[in-house]
Amino acid sequence: MLKIRNIRTYYGNIQALKGITLDIAEGEIITLIGANGAGKSTTLMSICGVARPRYGEIFFRGTPIHEMSTEKIVALGICQVPEGRRIFPNLTVMENLEMGAFLRRDGHGIKNDLDHVFDLFPILAQRRSQAGGTLSGGEQQMLAISRALMARPKLLLLDEPSLGLAPLIIQQIFEIIKKINAESKTTIFLVEQNANLALKVAHRGYVMENGLITMSDSAINLLGNEEVKKAYLGL
Amino acid sequence: MDYFLELFLGGLTRGSIYALIALGYTMVYGIIELINFAHGEIYMIGAFTALIAASVLNIMGFGPVTILILAMVLAIVYSCAYGVTMEKIAYKPLRHSTRLAPLISAIGMSIFFQNYVLLAQTSDFLPFPSLLPELEILEPYAYIIRSSEVFIILTTFGVMVLLTLLIKFTRIGKAMRATAQDRTMAMLVGVDVNRVISMTFIIGSSMAAIGGVLIASHIGQINFYIGFIAGIKAFTAAVLGGIGSIPGAVLGSLVLGWTESFATGYISSDYEDVFAFGFLVLILIFRPAGLLGKATTQKV
Repeated sequence: MLKIRNIRTYYGNIQALKGITLDIAEGEIITLIGANGAGKSTTLMSICGVARPRYGEIFFRGTPIHEMSTEKIVALGICQVPEGRRIFPNLTVMENLEMGAFLRRDGHGIKNDLDHVFDLFPILAQRRSQAGGTLSGGEQQMLAISRALMARPKLLLLDEPSLGLAPLIIQQIFEIIKKINAESKTTIFLVEQNANLALKVAHRGYVMENGLITMSDSAINLLGNEEVKKAYLGL
Repeated sequence: MDYFLELFLGGLTRGSIYALIALGYTMVYGIIELINFAHGEIYMIGAFTALIAASVLNIMGFGPVTILILAMVLAIVYSCAYGVTMEKIAYKPLRHSTRLAPLISAIGMSIFFQNYVLLAQTSDFLPFPSLLPELEILEPYAYIIRSSEVFIILTTFGVMVLLTLLIKFTRIGKAMRATAQDRTMAMLVGVDVNRVISMTFIIGSSMAAIGGVLIASHIGQINFYIGFIAGIKAFTAAVLGGIGSIPGAVLGSLVLGWTESFATGYISSDYEDVFAFGFLVLILIFRPAGLLGKATTQKV
């Protein structure tokens, strides 16, 4: 579904990605794990065209997207829940969700999807007319995921959904991630520092270090890998 | 009491015009964090367009109401064309450079537009026809308020209502608010940020043009320099209210209009600017972000 071929992305003169190649197949949950500053978020931003790779190619269902504008990439069905959630703080919960469906014109479908996300996260229904910035961290994460779902994504990119949340909330969020993948066959690309958690929900995983992919294997194998255990699982 | 009322309404009129211009400053700042110093010139170009249009239409024998409407529409169209083109030429290429670069470019555009009109038209004051109709009902109160002032206040109020509806309820309005709050995130939900920026310039330029035509018709003369003075005052009003805040720009404009009007009426017209800017300094000492501006905090 998504093919990334040897992309290199720079911030000014600093090279953040030093040639990343990875593949995501339809219906998979793929995780990308790695330490802070390894280039995980940059990889996601490169897919969405916010950070432009200077070299390399990205294909989504065969279409080259590495030179497309962000709104066109989003229109193809790639949605990101960015690091730090980035809720529009002064828009209400409802307006945040409407912004998620910004490119859609099917009023009826939007309404159905609204009911669907309120089903997934009933707390959002209670807070619908509250400003997004007044929600708690966990609620903001729920809103961020819901906002992305409102676009009916084919590929959902999640950047550190567990960051700064209480263990119970994290568990809830990861249950939902599995559910989204299982029920609506949405392909998920999950970037996480919490490797243990990520590898337990993912089918396959990639390990990233200093702008390079250093390992790729099935999630089970990575969980059992001695190096991964030492470096990322704290065992 | 009559004198107070006269000053009050005079201040309201001034404040209305400032508001029409200040909104352009504050909205552009909200979206691209640029003080568009050439915004006052857009207002001046609106007034000149209306003057030329009114003269031609007058020769062609149109009635006063038709002239007013057509001149207003043409002023808006021309101002928008100048505003959008200015953004594309002078600001867009500098979007990813240092913050100072587009600011200097804006000052350059301001000087360019002034000299362009100076050369294309004249450096003299030109008489501007009074396009706004006289209301007979107001005749007994002529010592308090003029018809043109009523038109300015009512038109401004109408424009504010339309703007509020646009920003609150339309698709582009929501996109504008989202872009102002987090541009990258707006892109990630599919907002075409370039379109939002163009739209912001179109709205700002339209309001400036309306202000230009109204005030020129009220005062009765224009020259190439009016945009600079009005621009500085409107910018002051926007900062006073809290730059980036739409209600702030309106409130700041009204406060500035009344300050000037009362200072002129009760003290001396020589001190009009002293009071206006003195007041600005006071506000900024006690509320550095302006009356309605928020000191930005971000929760991550």
